Amino acid sequence: MYRSIIVLVLAASLGVAGCASKRPKVTPSTTSNTAGAGALGSGANSANAASANPEDEAAGPQGGLLATRIVYFEFDNSEVRGAGVELVAAHARFLAAHPGTRVRLEGHTDERGSREYNIGLGERRAQAVRRALMLQGAIDGQISTVSYGEERPAAAGHDEEAWAKNRRVEIVYLAGGMPQPAAAQK
Amino acid sequence: MLHTPNRIAAWAVLALSLGVARVAHATLDIEITSGVRDPVPIAIVPFARSVPADGGLDIAQVIEHDLQGSGRFRALPRGQMPATPANADGVTAGVWKAVGSDYVVVGRVVDAGGGQIGVEFDLINTLSGTRLTTQRFVGEPGALRNAAHRVSDVVYQKILGVRGAFATRIAYVAVDGTPPAQRYQLMVADADGENQHLILESRYPLMSPAWSPDGQWLAYVSFETRHSAVYVQRVRSGERRQVSARAGVNGAPAWSPDGKRLALTLGGSAGNPDIYVLDLATQGLTRLTEDPAIDTEPEWAPDGASVYFTSDRAGSPQIYRVPVQPGAHPRRISFTGTYNARPRVSPDGSQLAMVTLENGSYRIAIQDLANGATRVLSHGRLDESPSFAPNGATLIYSEREGNRGTLSTVSTDGLTGLRLKPPQGEIREPAWGPFGP
Repeated sequence: MYRSIIVLVLAASLGVAGCASKRPKVTPSTTSNTAGAGALGSGANSANAASANPEDEAAGPQGGLLATRIVYFEFDNSEVRGAGVELVAAHARFLAAHPGTRVRLEGHTDERGSREYNIGLGERRAQAVRRALMLQGAIDGQISTVSYGEERPAAAGHDEEAWAKNRRVEIVYLAGGMPQPAAAQK
Repeated sequence: MLHTPNRIAAWAVLALSLGVARVAHATLDIEITSGVRDPVPIAIVPFARSVPADGGLDIAQVIEHDLQGSGRFRALPRGQMPATPANADGVTAGVWKAVGSDYVVVGRVVDAGGGQIGVEFDLINTLSGTRLTTQRFVGEPGALRNAAHRVSDVVYQKILGVRGAFATRIAYVAVDGTPPAQRYQLMVADADGENQHLILESRYPLMSPAWSPDGQWLAYVSFETRHSAVYVQRVRSGERRQVSARAGVNGAPAWSPDGKRLALTLGGSAGNPDIYVLDLATQGLTRLTEDPAIDTEPEWAPDGASVYFTSDRAGSPQIYRVPVQPGAHPRRISFTGTYNARPRVSPDGSQLAMVTLENGSYRIAIQDLANGATRVLSHGRLDESPSFAPNGATLIYSEREGNRGTLSTVSTDGLTGLRLKPPQGEIREPAWGPFGP
């Protein structure tokens, strides 16, 4: 018969998260950090005052093909095809004619597969649209890309109909006309 | 494919109800989805209480939920208990053996002085009539639930030979609302789904939470700036730091075993995701892979000498491993099937969990790294994000059930499992935290 007495001191803090006032709540407005490390502390809201954020969306050109901003893709594919070809050409012509205008290409996938891998696939789609825009007269400084992978679906639902709507690149015209600050090289 | 031999027909829906006012999802329902054919019969006698603590929390009930939820124990209903002893001396082994309990847990909450309380318990084997252990946990009165989970950990270990992982936490992402207007919350809860805390909330995606080895920090990806960036945040205080917001993809952070570095995915302006290692103190960046394919989802081997990752360099996503040294060449690890992604290595380094495509469904598979043998452990259509419990005995992952995203667990032998369901919305990307101090 074996008897052991072990005294462990519980960390009093387990299960006690920060109080509500310290918990960061991210708002739609952006912070200004661009590259490398930057202390954010709990001041994630402090950038709200800045009004004309260069990443804010603008209405962009209207009329004809230019009013259409979404390029769709086949499953597991990042090639711009079909209706997307003419659509991208129209936006390329507009960007070439308006060199002060900037767009953000937002790449998306459907929900199948692992999340971070889908970030990679969405980036591949955004890059395919970027290359097509640049081949047709847009310049590098006018275009930025972001991949949301499967994180921001356009359509709810878990069938092929929803998935087809979610495999896409959205062309987002930006309010800020200034060239992007040089981003840190990877 | 491995089938669970025994699905408990009467799903025990344990609506645990310790609500925390400031959280969005007050509780997660627990549904036991499978268990072993012959669970260990045990009696957990209500604890005696000489001091008030934690609103009269029923410690024995927490322990009972832990052990039954593991699928490996069957608790004796209180109405069938022959007595309610508070210590080992009051336990007549033969009486408990007669009602079918191989083990009995008795315990008491006592004043430990200095405003602290002690939770003492004895574990008795009724077949041999021996006391297997007597232990005492001392802490703040508000930490009683944690003490109960620690009792569960010890009981589990004494009987099954493996340390329990009940006194641990999980991080996950909760998503509410209809696309495209969704709300993303990074949450932390106890491993049983209780004690939920909101860590961060955003209108833009939050993803890929990863625990630091000491359990004090979470790394994650946030799109709050409309571009991806990696942050580290102290769980207790909310203090946080942006550690990577370079051009292109910033994703998939993974802490090195020494807690000093993050492996992560960087895409660069040309949009080619590769694996890098970021030194958190110096911000120094080391490139681990260089390939036009998508290289992502890094995961450190427990010895810190190599990193597993997903790459589609061979045409479809597969798992590779690369030593953490300049110029090292990756070696392919997964060979079964056309889609293997998101590797997670077991704490002892012997097994790899991953997402695999099987007959059109994405499922959780586990590969023995010594002989390459692979088994599929889950049965859903869109299962993803496997994460090992720190004892290596259980995996947690996310699955889709109808329109709801839930978290499920499965033991690495495939025999037991349960499901954590939010009342609404979706929860996903579970990350099982380390053992506590």
